[in-house]
Amino acid sequence: MAKAKNIAEFIIERDEKKCIKCQACVRVCSNDVHNYDEETEEILSDNIKCVGCHFCEDICPTGALTIRRNLSETKENAHWTRDYIYKVVKQASTGGILLTGMGNDRPYKNYFEHIVLNAAQVTNPSIDPLREPMELKTFIGRKPDRIIYDKTRGKYILKERVTNLLELELPVMFSAMSFGSISLNACKSLAKAASASGVYWNTGEGGLHKDLYPYADRAIVQIASGRFGVNVEYLEKAAAVEIKIGQGAKPGIGGHLPGEKVSEEISLTRMIPEGSDAISPAPHHDIYSIEDLRQLIFAIKEATSYRKPVGVKIAAVHNVAPIASGIVRAGADFITIDGIRGGTGAAPVAIRDNVGIPIEIAVAVVDQRLREEGIRNQASIIAAGGFRTSADIVKAIALGADAVYIGTAALIALGCHVCQKCYTGKCNWGIATQDPYLTRRLNPEIGAKRLSNLLRAWALEIKEMLGGMGINAIESLRGNREQLRAVGLNEVELNLLGIKHAGEAW
Amino acid sequence: MEYDQLRKLEKNAHIPSGCGISGIVNRKGNLFSGEKIITSICLMTERGNGLGAGYAGYGIYPEFKESWCFHIMYDDIRVKETVEAFLENRFDIVNEEPIPVKNVKTLKYIPLLHRYFVDIKNGRKEDLYSQQEYILSTVMNINKNFDGACVFSSGKNMGIFKGVGNPEEIGEFYKIYDYKGYIWTAHNRFPTNTVGWWGGAHPFGILDWSVVHNGEISSYGINRRYLENAGYYCTLFTDTEVITYLFDLLNRKHKLDFEVIGDILAAPFWDSIDIEQDMENKDFWKTLRIIYSSALVNGPFAIIVANSNTIIGLNDRLKLRPLVSAEKGDFVYLASEESAIRCICRNPERVWMPDAGEPVIVNVKRDRKGKDG
Repeated sequence: MAKAKNIAEFIIERDEKKCIKCQACVRVCSNDVHNYDEETEEILSDNIKCVGCHFCEDICPTGALTIRRNLSETKENAHWTRDYIYKVVKQASTGGILLTGMGNDRPYKNYFEHIVLNAAQVTNPSIDPLREPMELKTFIGRKPDRIIYDKTRGKYILKERVTNLLELELPVMFSAMSFGSISLNACKSLAKAASASGVYWNTGEGGLHKDLYPYADRAIVQIASGRFGVNVEYLEKAAAVEIKIGQGAKPGIGGHLPGEKVSEEISLTRMIPEGSDAISPAPHHDIYSIEDLRQLIFAIKEATSYRKPVGVKIAAVHNVAPIASGIVRAGADFITIDGIRGGTGAAPVAIRDNVGIPIEIAVAVVDQRLREEGIRNQASIIAAGGFRTSADIVKAIALGADAVYIGTAALIALGCHVCQKCYTGKCNWGIATQDPYLTRRLNPEIGAKRLSNLLRAWALEIKEMLGGMGINAIESLRGNREQLRAVGLNEVELNLLGIKHAGEAW
Repeated sequence: MEYDQLRKLEKNAHIPSGCGISGIVNRKGNLFSGEKIITSICLMTERGNGLGAGYAGYGIYPEFKESWCFHIMYDDIRVKETVEAFLENRFDIVNEEPIPVKNVKTLKYIPLLHRYFVDIKNGRKEDLYSQQEYILSTVMNINKNFDGACVFSSGKNMGIFKGVGNPEEIGEFYKIYDYKGYIWTAHNRFPTNTVGWWGGAHPFGILDWSVVHNGEISSYGINRRYLENAGYYCTLFTDTEVITYLFDLLNRKHKLDFEVIGDILAAPFWDSIDIEQDMENKDFWKTLRIIYSSALVNGPFAIIVANSNTIIGLNDRLKLRPLVSAEKGDFVYLASEESAIRCICRNPERVWMPDAGEPVIVNVKRDRKGKDG
């Protein structure tokens, strides 16, 4: 049988008139796509190695390179599309699980694109955020049902203070991305931007590198099934702790960092031998039930003297609402729900593309369930998984989220072009790699500035949308599904989302 | 539209309204005729469109002041009989009669209007809170489950009178000038839709609360869900319902002072909390905003809320709807427009515009008898 050949996903077009043979592309590409032939003095590009990260295109001083998708088509077939054919070809050659990076790229129904927002007209004035205060301040954590105070000489004095809350200047945080899956420079960019913007970043399960200690008061540290990098200092330095049960890109399986990426710095941070695979077990082996989770939550609370919020992150799966309710009753101060489009540094394609449910529906049913049980104030809901614009965030908050995590959007701000090859460790943008030659391409000062810019831009847009609705504080949008209307959803979807169809009045 | 269609529309949706509101209180609890409040509200003709008006009076039923009083409107005699059977099971009926009305030819869709003075069976043994909870659940039950019946007033020694019409017609119809009270509030409605159902008019009330409201609540969606969490089910008469339940929850159940409730419904901005020098105040406001974030009422509003002991005027935190207050002697006045005060009190001692989000709170100190004024 003929050896099956892989097909090139991209075609590199080089405009020979513009190319000055400077060989910048040859030097920068971590995938060795470009080669200079000294005899012919030509640069040859191997399409098959190109991952479509566009780094050479961006760096080329004369604009001679264009990366295009390879339009070579297999015979038209609605069922056996090119993607599926070549997946089989690859696996027949290797006998292995297909890996990928970033979030689900399948065309599942995107509910954000079926939801529209309201604006005030006549009976209610819209508010101009340039002229009036517009408040985005958000608190994450457990809140009491009621205030208790003493009134002495006309003054109100609190009898019980509310503690252990994260205070956010806007309801957006950076999602869990570990040092290991991304470079230290990428971690620094996120940490600096979170500190500068008054939000929080998340260490993922990669531990807390010493260089990141200055930003630890803005860090949510993760405890995942591998317990990498977890020690007393880790817990004490953090602003909050998140127990990671699952993530949207790979519900039901643990993280995986190949030994090749475990450099000295990562080995020290994760507290594992250099060069060893860091493979997290699928479950936590001390959590086989909700009561076990409760024990871990309270063990962490004890260890941190009840001074920090402790949350739990789960992937959005079929039974998400009852699970979330159980987690809140188990003592979690916040619950992170990661939807089917949540990203990752490495996951099996089959899992990423097929397991989980959309975040829009998950947030809606969890918020509703917690309210029905009268425990919504006991924990905050953080939504994650595929937030692309400020409008997606506004919709998630109106559906019931307290705040959202962004991962992919943050990496795009740092240069990522979503080529989905994070697992190879060859990221040309210096993000998902540990190769010092590549990581120094990402300047953390510039990275932090770009991330802060993104947060600022989204905050301004959120304010404009709020003002349009005649609302001047984000809490009046939170769970306010009257501000949403659906376009083209069926009755089951409308009920699950708890929203009306466009055209229905109040 | 036919009445049935109109009513269906209103029961399934809340209808934005612009409005005029007015309130008068005698601080000593002396009674005065409803004539003044009619004069005041009728001056603000421009603020209504003839599709809703109403009045609330406190101290109007001295002869039955120990009994709970239900004002109920019925679509037909059949539902009246069902509800009455239900009431007889739950209460000792002390007195019942049709609400006295005068024939006003211009009014349409007039429902059957009846009032009941009732005691809770063996209720005297129970504390006030349990009695109130019992009344609350009764009212919610009737309004939710008895199609064609609506309890629109359910306090003691107070009553709400309302309907579809302009304030002159409704005042004349119910003969408001025949009652004497120590607090009066009134409403003139400008709904954006055609309306026919009398239950949709203001004041809105539960127990001895009454609320007249000018505004539209942009935070309605979350305020309603917050209240559902606390066991209040909005039957979607009007978004004013949300404000009424918030007052009941925060004052009667959470035992918060009205000043504090003002800081919840119209919360101080973070900018002003941030610059507050007094750390105790700062902590208090911050905590208040954290705990009661879902009770913040966003959007334009001016409201006058009353119960048996207090009348409160409050604006949204940007003051997007008008509210003026004035005082003279024992009387305090609140209204959408100054003219609506001056037409009944020519030379007030003080007239002021309450600041955005700053409540005007007037407590009534009644001596036991309460004099006629």
